Amino acid sequence: MTDLLRFDDWTSPVPPVEREVLSRLVEGEDGQPPLLFVPGPGLGAWAFAEHWLAHAAGRGFPAHALTPRADGGLRAHVHDVVQTAASLPRQAVLIGHGAGALVVSRALGRYPARAAVLVAPVMDRWATLGAALKANPFGTLRSRPRLNRKQLFSDGVDAEAYLARMAFSRRLTVPKETPRPVGRPPVLVVGSPDDRVVPRKSLDRVATHYGGAPLLFPGMAHALMLDTGWPEPIDAILDWLTKELSAGS
Amino acid sequence: MHDTPDIADRRDAVCVIGAGASGLATIKNLREHGFAVDCYERETSVGGAWNWRHDRSPVYANTHLISSRPLTEFPDFPMPDNWPDYPHHSQLLSYLERYAKHFGLGEHIWFGTEVVSAVPVGDGRWDVTTRSTGGGSSRVQRYAAVIAANGHNWSPAKPDIPGDFKGQVIHSAQYKDPAQLRNRKVLVIGGGNTGCDIAVEAAQQATTVWHSTRRGYWYAPKYIAGRPADQVNDRLLKWRLPLKMRQWIYRRTLALTTGDLSRYGLPAPDHRPYESHPIVNSQLPYYLGHGRIKPVPDVTRFAGGRVELADGRGIDPDLVITATGYAPRFEFLGPELIGTEGDGRPDLHLHAFARKHPTLAVVGLLQPDAGLLPLAHWQSVAVARWLQLRREDPVRAAAVQQKESARPVSSWSRRQVVDTRRHWFEVDHIAYLKSVGELLHEMEPAT
Ligand SMILES: Cc1cc2nc3c(=O)[nH]c(=O)nc-3n(C[C@H](O)[C@H](O)[C@H](O)COP(=O)(O)OP(=O)(O)OC[C@H]3O[C@@H](n4cnc5c(N)ncnc54)[C@H](O)[C@@H]3O)c2cc1C
Ligand SMILES: NC(=O)c1ccc[n+]([C@@H]2O[C@H](COP(=O)([O-])OP(=O)(O)OC[C@H]3O[C@@H](n4cnc5c(N)ncnc54)[C@H](OP(=O)(O)O)[C@@H]3O)[C@@H](O)[C@H]2O)c1
Repeated sequence: MTDLLRFDDWTSPVPPVEREVLSRLVEGEDGQPPLLFVPGPGLGAWAFAEHWLAHAAGRGFPAHALTPRADGGLRAHVHDVVQTAASLPRQAVLIGHGAGALVVSRALGRYPARAAVLVAPVMDRWATLGAALKANPFGTLRSRPRLNRKQLFSDGVDAEAYLARMAFSRRLTVPKETPRPVGRPPVLVVGSPDDRVVPRKSLDRVATHYGGAPLLFPGMAHALMLDTGWPEPIDAILDWLTKELSAGS
Repeated sequence: MHDTPDIADRRDAVCVIGAGASGLATIKNLREHGFAVDCYERETSVGGAWNWRHDRSPVYANTHLISSRPLTEFPDFPMPDNWPDYPHHSQLLSYLERYAKHFGLGEHIWFGTEVVSAVPVGDGRWDVTTRSTGGGSSRVQRYAAVIAANGHNWSPAKPDIPGDFKGQVIHSAQYKDPAQLRNRKVLVIGGGNTGCDIAVEAAQQATTVWHSTRRGYWYAPKYIAGRPADQVNDRLLKWRLPLKMRQWIYRRTLALTTGDLSRYGLPAPDHRPYESHPIVNSQLPYYLGHGRIKPVPDVTRFAGGRVELADGRGIDPDLVITATGYAPRFEFLGPELIGTEGDGRPDLHLHAFARKHPTLAVVGLLQPDAGLLPLAHWQSVAVARWLQLRREDPVRAAAVQQKESARPVSSWSRRQVVDTRRHWFEVDHIAYLKSVGELLHEMEPAT
C-alpha cells in the first residue's frame, strides 16, 4: 500500500538541488541504453569519471555519473537518482557502488530501470559494520565514518590523491526491507571476496535477494572502479548487460 | 460469429485506444507485464488533452495545473523537481512526450488511426475496426483485450438555453486565447475550474464580465501558508482525520484565506466541503473584490441581445462562453458492454473494469480530488496484472472476477457529492488508491 500512497512525496517533497552529473556520450542515438553510475555519499561522480565512464562509452553505452548531494539522507539520494534517471532520453541502467548501491536498491522500487548492477553493495547493516570495525575501528566509530586506504584500495593505487577528494558524510540508515524492483529489471551483484568493507557473506545475501549469485573479482579492494584492475569488472558488467538486453527484447 | 479471412489475428496482443496520459501509461505497464500492444490514436501525436495542437484539446493558452506537481506526476517517472508547483500545459505536454520516448512507446502507437468499433467475438476476444483519419479504408483486427483510454474531457456538454441570442455563443472547448475576450462584454456560464479560469482571464481583457453559476461553491486558494493547497490537504488525510473534522478545518481555512464571498453577491454553498469537485482559484476572489467580475445566477433564456437571469434581471453580453463541462463518449462500444445507462453514464467496477467482459477495461475515467496521472498509472497496472493473472492462473482469475465484478460503487467509495454529471466519476484519491491497492494485493502472484 505504501507503494500507492506516497504521503511523504505529496506533503513534503524533497527540496530540489543543482545536481552534478558527469557524462561521456556516444555518437549517434539509439544504440545501447544510458548507464547511470551512483557512488556512495563519500565519493563523487569523479570516481567513475576516472576510468569507467569513458570505457563504457567506448563500448557504445552513453555513461553518466551522479555526485550525491551534500548531507542528504537516504530519501534525498533516492530522489536524486530517480530524477537523474528520468531526465535521460531513454530508460536507464542503474549502477550503484557501496552505499550508492543501497540508494539504487531503493530507487529500483520507484523507477523501472532497464537493468541494475549493485557493485560492492553496502546494504547489510550489521555485516558491513562488523567488517568495518575489524578493519578500521577508529574511523568507523566516528559520527561521520572515515574509510582508510586499506579498506578502499589495493597496493599500487594512488590512494592519497583519491582520499583527499573524498567527503566524509553521515552513515545512511539502512531500512529493514528492500523494495521489490518495479518493472522487474534484471539485477546483477558484483564484488570482491577481498573487499574489507563488504564481506563475502553480505554479497551472497544481497545476490540471493535478487535471485542470483554474485560475480566475484578476487584480489580487488572495495573501490573497484579505482583499483588497478578496474577494466575487468566493468567489462564483465557490460558483457552481462549486453546479454540481458538481447535476451529481453 | 465465425472467422472471416480479412480479419488479421493479433493473438495475445492488447488493443489500447488513445495515446493521452492514460493510454501512454497503459502501453508502458502492459509492456512491462509482457504483453504485445497496438495503440490507436486518432491525432497525429501523443499528449491527448495536454496537446493544445489537437482540435479537441480543452486547454487554453494560460492553462496551468490545479493539482500540484508531486500529486500530478506518474509515480515512476517524476517531473523535473525544478519545475514550478503548478506547471503550464506546455510543460505537461513535453513531460508526456519525454515519457513516451523514455520508455520507447512510440513504436507501439498507430497515429492518425481512429477506433470505430470494438465487438466481442466470444472467448474474451475482440474484433477492433480502425479507420485512418486521413480518409481511407477500414481494417478489422482481432485482439485478446481492449483497453479504452479515450479521455472524457473532449466532447463538450452544452446547456439547453431556450430562445435566440444575437451575439456569439461558444463552449469553453473553443476558447483558446485571451484575445478572444479583448474589449468585449463577456458572460461566462459554469463554476467549474474552466469557468473560473476564463472569468479571471476575462477580468483582465474584457470590458465587462459576468460569471453565472447555478449554485454556491467552496472556492479554494492555490496556496495555504505558502504550500500548494493539495499538499496541505493531504497532510490531513495522512493524519487520517475523520471527514467531519476535515470539513471543519476546510471551513476555517477558507474563512481565513478566501473569506466570505457572499458579500460580493455569490450564493453560499448548498453543500458541505468535499461534496463537489474542488475549485482551485486564488484570483477569482481578487477580481470579485475589484468589481471586475460580476457574479450572476443561472441563465433562464436568451432574448435577442439580452440574456435573462433566474433573479429576473437581464444583461447584454456580446459573447457567451458556456464552461459547462464535458460528457464521456464511447461511440466505439455498444452501450451494454460498459453498462451505460440512458443518460450516457457507464457503470464499471472501480470506474475501470467492465462487469461482464473480463477483457474490457477503461483507464482514466476518473475525476479525482488530485492529479489524474497517478491514478491512471495504478489503474493500468491493475489492468495489466489482471490480464496476466487471467493468462497464467485462470482458476484464481475466475475467483477474483466473481468476487469483484458485482461490487457496487458504494462498496469502495462512500463519497457524498452533489448529484450532477460532473461528479459521475468523482473519487477521493486516497480511498481510490487504497481500493486499487487491495485489488492488486488480491492478484499478487502466489510465490
Ligand atoms: C482545462 C483542463 C485542465 C485540467 N487540469 C488538470 C490538472 O491540473 N491535473 C490533472 O491531473 N488533470 C487535469 N485535467 C484532466 C486531464 O484531462 C487529464 O490530466 C488527462 O489529460 C487525461 O488523460 P487521458 O489520457 O485520460 O485523456 P485524453 O488526454 O483526453 O486522451 C485521450 C486520447 O484518446 C484519443 N482518442 C479518443 N477516442 C479515440 C478513438 N476512438 N480512436 C483513437 N483515439 C481516440 C484522443 O485523441 C486523445 O489523444 C484537466 C482537464 C482540462 C480540461
Ligand atoms: N487549471 C486547471 O488545471 C483546470 C482548468 C479547467 C478544468 N480543469 C479540470 O477539467 C475538468 C473539467 O472542468 P470544467 O470546469 O470544464 O467542467 P465541470 O467541472 O464539469 O464544471 C461544469 C460547470 O458548469 C455547470 N453546469 C453544467 N451544466 C450546466 C447547465 N446546463 N447550466 C448551467 N450550469 C451548468 C456545473 O454546475 P454544477 O456544479 O451544478 O454541476 C459546473 O459549475 C475538471 O476535472 C477540472 O478540474 C482543470
